[in-house]
Amino acid sequence: MPSTAPRVGFFVTCLVDLMRPSVGFAAVKLLEDAGCRVEVPAEQTCCGQPAYNSGDRADAIALAKQVIAAFEGFDYVVAPSGSCAGMIREHYPRLFAGDAAWEGRARRLAERTYELTAFLVDVLDVEGVAARLAATVTYHDACSGLRELGVKAQPRRLLAAVDGLTVKESAMAETCCGFGGTFCVKYPEISERMVDTKAEDLMATGADMVLAGDLGCLLNIAGRLKRKGSAMQARHVAEVLAGSLDAPAIGEPGRKP
Amino acid sequence: MDATSQRFRDNARGALADGRLKESLASFTKTFPEKRQKVIDRLPEFDALRDEGVSIKNHVLANLDFYLERFEAKAAAAGTKIHWCRDAAEARETILAICRSAGARTVTKSKSMIGEEIAINEFLEANGVRPVETDLGEYIIQVRGESPSHILVPAIHLKGPDIAETFREKHTALPAGRALDQPEAILREARTVLRGEFLAADVGLTGANMLVAETGSIVVVTNEGNADLVMSLPKVHVAVASLEKVVPTLEDAATILRLLARSATGQDITAYTTFATGPKRPGDPDGPDEFHIVLMDNGRTAMLGGEFRDMLRCIRCGACLNHCPVYAGIGGHAYGWVYSGPMGSVLTPSLLGAHKADDLPNASTFCGKCEQVCPMRIPLPAMMRHLRERQFVSGGPAAKGRGALKLWAFLARRPALYRRAMALGVGLLAILGRGRGRFRRLPLASAWTGPRDLPAPEGRTFQSLWAERRRGKPASRSRTEGRP
Ligand code: SF4
Repeated sequence: MPSTAPRVGFFVTCLVDLMRPSVGFAAVKLLEDAGCRVEVPAEQTCCGQPAYNSGDRADAIALAKQVIAAFEGFDYVVAPSGSCAGMIREHYPRLFAGDAAWEGRARRLAERTYELTAFLVDVLDVEGVAARLAATVTYHDACSGLRELGVKAQPRRLLAAVDGLTVKESAMAETCCGFGGTFCVKYPEISERMVDTKAEDLMATGADMVLAGDLGCLLNIAGRLKRKGSAMQARHVAEVLAGSLDAPAIGEPGRKP
Repeated sequence: MDATSQRFRDNARGALADGRLKESLASFTKTFPEKRQKVIDRLPEFDALRDEGVSIKNHVLANLDFYLERFEAKAAAAGTKIHWCRDAAEARETILAICRSAGARTVTKSKSMIGEEIAINEFLEANGVRPVETDLGEYIIQVRGESPSHILVPAIHLKGPDIAETFREKHTALPAGRALDQPEAILREARTVLRGEFLAADVGLTGANMLVAETGSIVVVTNEGNADLVMSLPKVHVAVASLEKVVPTLEDAATILRLLARSATGQDITAYTTFATGPKRPGDPDGPDEFHIVLMDNGRTAMLGGEFRDMLRCIRCGACLNHCPVYAGIGGHAYGWVYSGPMGSVLTPSLLGAHKADDLPNASTFCGKCEQVCPMRIPLPAMMRHLRERQFVSGGPAAKGRGALKLWAFLARRPALYRRAMALGVGLLAILGRGRGRFRRLPLASAWTGPRDLPAPEGRTFQSLWAERRRGKPASRSRTEGRP
């Protein structure tokens, strides 16, 4: 690999780390295929968003400092999540506003941090992917990626390059699925209505599969689809783009050996 | 109205169980955003207009005393009497005193959120003055004894048959067999009934969408024209407005009007836009003999100096409600007070006290749609987060689950320990979930598994698999790790 290859620090995100490592490996494959040197700092855990959005500013700051320290020195930081990338890009600088020691460091990290598909398209100008999938999919635009980072066209542009794939848009692709971090367990009844509306809207497309760029939304959506007995599968967009479809879809049983 | 914001959870549960409400909300939260989008697509300068609106309001908030004094001087010069009121109680007493001195028995009203905020109807009624709402939606909920469920479309929670039923019960003088199944018939009936009230009223009471400092005028917009009758037929007019409604010039008012109608109802402009300046002058064919403006603070100056100052830019367009997926699920009544949706979740705690509405700022996914559509670019999610931060310190729903969150943060701040603990945890969970790939029920996770299954983890953490890969072990990251 040429030494001019960008050095990318991969921010796994806690949900991918814990729930679905195959998304992480798919993302790494996409980055490596695009010519990046990928490293995964061991000192990373969580970006601090759950604490931040729950009003726990002290812990949010502590975790943000940990992330900043772990990811200083990379050319870029990439996360397979618009929500975590949005936290680092949009909210870290605000968390440290007025803090002479940290504000500059937060801002420098923020400027170099990207959501996966946005990074591939906007920074690396990736046009094609070497993946194949004969299926009709629909795409859910996760809120933070969409509204904080403007991720909308990038995943679609990459999906258009997947051989055999058809993308069918749902009417409410941009509407929140009702996950909202701790919201979904703090207000389960309201969250239920939201995710049910979402599931109905996705099912109305008749697609075989729903894709998104955030595992939080996907766990919520897949969980509701399964509860409703729907056959629609749910996967992270990186899995399809990398052609990493060995793992069963989210919430599906593994094949018996 | 008495606030029930503290019962938000119960209110919301009730609303979610109401099938008719679900239907009304589904159609309304679809059509309003569509209409708004259409009208904005026709106006390429909409975003520039928003910036202009924001800077007008920011300028006013930075110079509020100056513009209020100027407004007062101009209004007084036109013969308007200004009454400064610190809070809702003072405003109510002032309005009642005006009614009494006019010997009023009936007061016609056009829709006013400030009127709702100070609960003027209940107060007047208790003091022997009969308030009559003249906006169709307000009239309907008034005769039903309800409160508005939307700041713009107060009866949005009702459907035609509900309204027909109410009219049959209330308007007993009309023939029982009359047809009321078409919206036009309902409208006609309301108009017939209200016509008499307009003429009988001694005092007309309106809010004001804006106060123009340059001219001392009030601006009132409606789509029904009822406010114009309320303002011009009775001999006394009272407008009640909160301080932040003032704008410097007519030009500024025009800018905000352009934003308001588009954001609110997807119209280029409301059907009726009235600038009223002072009482009837010699030679005027109509208009009131007395013109009063009740200028009320009621918590605004307290917001001016703090974290919620941006909220004072709000022009009550309702776009944040129309686009909010939480509002779309539960409707306006669940919020328990006059203001609902995202703007209510910030305003209600600010105006009533955080302890009276502490669920509201928590009941948001921070999806960001409200901020995206707000013509005044009010950072609603950031302000709800401020409210959560306060609760985290002082107690309240944001502090609930604090133990679990603190434990998580404790681990997350110790990466080595975190990696071991998480590897153990997900391994265990994967074994439990083996076979189905998901859980229908899981102890301690019922809030998740109530509405939805919980997908099982794959079994190993990414970090541990990555470490293996780095050590050159054959990548054993197959999906069946931890599964049979
Ligand atoms: S907060 Fe913004 S969107 Fe909501 S009512 Fe006020 S001005 Fe309109």
